[in-house]
Amino acid sequence: MQYESVKVIHQDEVHGGYRLLWLNAPGIAPHVEPGQFVHIRVPHMEASVLRRPFSVYKADGSVLQILYKGVGKGTRTMTYLRPGDTLSLIGPLGTGFPALSPGNAPVLVAGGYGMAALYLLARSMPVQGIAFFGGQTAPDILCVDEFEALGWEVRIATEDGSLGEQGLVTDVIDAWWTERKDDASPVEVYACGPNAMLHAVARRAMDRDWRTWVSVDRNMGCGVGACLTCVLRVRDESGGWEWKRSCTEGPVFECREICWDLEK
Amino acid sequence: MPDLSVKIGSLEMKTPVMVASGTFGYGPEYAGLVDLNKLGAMVVKGIALHPTKGNATPRTVEVPSGLINAIGLPNPGVEGFVDRYMPFLRGYDVPVIVNIWGTSVEDYVEVARRLDGVDGVHALEVNVSCPNIKEGSGVFGTDLDGFRRVVDGVRRATQLPMIPKLAPNVADIKVFARAAEEAGADGISLINSYPALSVDVAKRRPRLANVTGGLTGPAIHSIAVKLVWEAAAAVSIPVVGIGGITNSEEALEFLVVGASAVAVGTASFTHPNTALDVTDGIAAYLEAHGFSSVGELVGSMERL
Ligand SMILES: Cc1cc2nc3c(=O)[nH]c(=O)nc-3n(C[C@H](O)[C@H](O)[C@H](O)COP(=O)(O)OP(=O)(O)OC[C@H]3O[C@@H](n4cnc5c(N)ncnc54)[C@H](O)[C@@H]3O)c2cc1C
Ligand SMILES: Cc1cc2nc3c(=O)[nH]c(=O)nc-3n(C[C@H](O)[C@H](O)[C@H](O)COP(=O)(O)O)c2cc1C
Ligand code: FES
Repeated sequence: MQYESVKVIHQDEVHGGYRLLWLNAPGIAPHVEPGQFVHIRVPHMEASVLRRPFSVYKADGSVLQILYKGVGKGTRTMTYLRPGDTLSLIGPLGTGFPALSPGNAPVLVAGGYGMAALYLLARSMPVQGIAFFGGQTAPDILCVDEFEALGWEVRIATEDGSLGEQGLVTDVIDAWWTERKDDASPVEVYACGPNAMLHAVARRAMDRDWRTWVSVDRNMGCGVGACLTCVLRVRDESGGWEWKRSCTEGPVFECREICWDLEK
Repeated sequence: MPDLSVKIGSLEMKTPVMVASGTFGYGPEYAGLVDLNKLGAMVVKGIALHPTKGNATPRTVEVPSGLINAIGLPNPGVEGFVDRYMPFLRGYDVPVIVNIWGTSVEDYVEVARRLDGVDGVHALEVNVSCPNIKEGSGVFGTDLDGFRRVVDGVRRATQLPMIPKLAPNVADIKVFARAAEEAGADGISLINSYPALSVDVAKRRPRLANVTGGLTGPAIHSIAVKLVWEAAAAVSIPVVGIGGITNSEEALEFLVVGASAVAVGTASFTHPNTALDVTDGIAAYLEAHGFSSVGELVGSMERL
């Protein structure tokens, strides 16, 4: 974990309202593990007291890339960042994705910025597998070429049918699962996306016995475990539940840990 | 180099800048980013007799120049705190102030009793003013009789320096400040967060699960400076000024109106190093203005 003043290299528009922000972060970039995030102090927001959390899309040498969408005041202010601007970054933060268990076949499931959040994981895997991406419409589907270039098979679902199959990502997953041979190796799922999608994946994981890691999105304050803003209910040993901090114990949890009925 | 040291009762601090309860965890959370040994004191998150879970989420919401929180004082209980965090904190050369709370006078007294004599605990801050729990703390902060019973009880239960933490939402802060002094407090700290509410009008729902919460951050700074000025004039024990500090100038305002020390809260979320930057800024100010110690500055405000 480091606290660093970093320089903006540049940013590009991608599509679907997403932008790609390139940062020079020599103290942080080399240490990022798949699934970890960084906490950005957005410049020129004097009236704002909190940082904003973002997954790391790519980390190469000292360069970090973040894929983000302008959804509120912080992210919209970020769209004005220019090459040479400096911003304060804390990272890498959180507990990311665990390594694939030997013998398991990896499956990725993503929606929204989740496609970016799973890239480093896909790149670090010893074997390639299948990635399911879902969105409302074609421009919401990101990073497909990048995953294919790593040797992953990408299957897409859009709600309006403008790209890939029409429907939800879980429909495509269900179709794939029905066709899958019984003697194939056990699957291990890694998912990042909207909560409803994670929950739908978790239900299938529990029915079908998939080991499944989900990266949750909870509003954050400090990002380092001090303020107890980002908590979610996780099963404890006594059959009840306890709060866990998604910024430190998370954002990645095995889906059976989460009390989904209470965390809708 | 000007003398930055401060004393509150028998509590000796190397600098006048602490971190505020609930904004710096129990120590380990920020230890990788901030040198805890350079803090005036480490004030830990509120501790009660038994573990508690705190409120449902969402627990915080950002508002212009501030943050509203209704965390609800989740904590591992006094035994859990001592077992889990004191070994870590004893590894640092920084005074540890334990912020305590309860839902009854007996609870406060019992927590204080159990912390008395624990190696590495240097003082107690008595939180009578958290607005986020339904009974107990919030009431003791605004009801003079309840306040007196808590501080009297804690005073009898501990040899440690005792610092009651005052609520801002009272008709006359001087009355509470004096009551604390009369009960034998070694100092007082103020302010805690100010009761507040933020509404999502699109959904016509509160933004926090608890409906209301406590406002902190720059939005409350000038309110806090005014209350500290009044309280400091009413008592002769040291005052810790808290509320909205983001830089040394805002901290100096508290000292000039009569606070002997300050605590940085919400600003640590924005910049974890704020308390240390404030410390450096105070030292530079003292030097530039020819003060040989921070004490000379305390209460030095002159009228226009
Ligand atoms: C671990 C993690 C990784 C993330 N990675 C990415 C990413 O790679 N790309 C991307 O576009 N977005 C990502 N997000 C979501 C991003 O943090 C929010 O979109 C952003 O904080 C919204 O801020 P704002 O000021 O624009 O919105 P506002 O609604 O104005 O923000 C107000 C407050 O709510 C919080 N908030 C609002 N929406 C969210 C949200 N969805 N998640 C968390 N906090 C929120 C803000 O941090 C802020 O404190 C991630 C969130 C988390 C928790
Ligand atoms: C997230 C959060 C949690 C807090 N928890 C406590 C607490 O446990 N006990 C307490 O006495 N004050 C608590 N406070 C209040 C702070 O200690 C401080 O009085 C207040 O935040 C005002 O200072 P600031 O404006 O610098 O943040 C909390 C504040 C915040 C923002
Ligand atoms: S964001 Fe503060 S504890 Fe997780």
